[in-house]
Amino acid sequence: MSKSGKFDIIIAGLIIGVIASLLVLFGNPANMGFCIACFIRDTAGALGLHQAPPVQYIRPEIIGIILGSFAIALAKGEFSPKGGSAPLTRFAIGFCVMIGCLMFLGCPFRMIIRLGGGDLNALLGIAGFVLGILTGVFFLNKGYSLKRTYKLAATEGGIMPAVSVVLLVLLIAAPAFIHFTQPEGGPGAKHAAIAISLIAGAIVGILAQRTRLCMAGGLRDVVLFHDFRLISGFCAIFCACLVMNLILTAATSGTYFHLGFTGQAIAHTDGLWNLLGMYVVGFGAILLGGCPLRQLVLSGEGNTDSAMAVLGLLVGAAFCHNFGLASSGEGPTANGKIAVVICICVLAVIASVNTFAKNDS
Amino acid sequence: MERVDARGLSCPEPVILTRKALLGGAKEYEVLVDNVTSRENVTRFAEHAGYTVRVSEKDGEYTLSLKK
Repeated sequence: MSKSGKFDIIIAGLIIGVIASLLVLFGNPANMGFCIACFIRDTAGALGLHQAPPVQYIRPEIIGIILGSFAIALAKGEFSPKGGSAPLTRFAIGFCVMIGCLMFLGCPFRMIIRLGGGDLNALLGIAGFVLGILTGVFFLNKGYSLKRTYKLAATEGGIMPAVSVVLLVLLIAAPAFIHFTQPEGGPGAKHAAIAISLIAGAIVGILAQRTRLCMAGGLRDVVLFHDFRLISGFCAIFCACLVMNLILTAATSGTYFHLGFTGQAIAHTDGLWNLLGMYVVGFGAILLGGCPLRQLVLSGEGNTDSAMAVLGLLVGAAFCHNFGLASSGEGPTANGKIAVVICICVLAVIASVNTFAKNDS
Repeated sequence: MERVDARGLSCPEPVILTRKALLGGAKEYEVLVDNVTSRENVTRFAEHAGYTVRVSEKDGEYTLSLKK
């Protein structure tokens, strides 16, 4: 199982990396074929949860990932509605993770994609991400746990897929109360055709569900168990992205690879805050048991705890733009810096309480 | 036979509990999990640790019998 398992995840990672680069060719923002954080943020904007006109669009990739995971989990008998493992704590961690993501301007998935596009600022992000994961692993080794989940009714597990269908209807019907970034109005206006994005998301959702792909789990498993399976998927995505971006740059008139720190798309060059933002994301992802992509996939499988984390990401994104916490290409904001420091403290408290406080599991 | 009850726990916790139990050095263990990811991960870890793993399933719960 282990050898074929590793082979499967490398193939999946390569396919996902190629899809991510192609989505940019088809219209997504540069170095943003996929970004779970940015896409949830855009969706929050489209629903009117925040009022930042440049980033408002119901991203079909998010819908596709949840529905792809849901469909394959059903087909493979792995759809398993469950929950009850510290749902509000998971909401709070998800909220913090989004603040970290929008400090850096990307989730761990986009961090790899950015590096594959030559954005060296991602290296600082990776450094912070690694430190955050190591912090989380420290608590795991000391006994950190959000306690057990319990089986729930099928209807409960079906809510996230149902909400995804509603979002798809809203996207296609485009009623007046849904906000979309105006053409040339910002990253929200840049997107591939709905069908392309939806299918791409579904493929990624299916592959990620089957392989258990997780950006944070990779390094965690290497450190904890000397298990290189998940991290090989992480590396495969980077390799595929890099090669595809070089090919696209050579074969088209566009620039898909630009090596350096400055002049990168939807990124800033403040190394310290890139590092600290992704520190929050790495730490939070370990406390949640998976990165934002993994949370989406699990929510499609019927895991309502992960659905709570996704809702935390959604509300966190709204707060980021309502309170000026999100960075821009100009750099981080003062409010964002304060929020990241607060998030580090909150995560440390959550980790400590759920590691050292003695209570029944 | 030592028993690890990891039902309701998400990865990596079942593997961490199994690893902790395996430090005891017994020849046989029984690990209970209730999701496929944990079943796969505990199996992979135990096999790397030199155990053979036999899996039985009942009502969505898996019993992993580890033997050295």
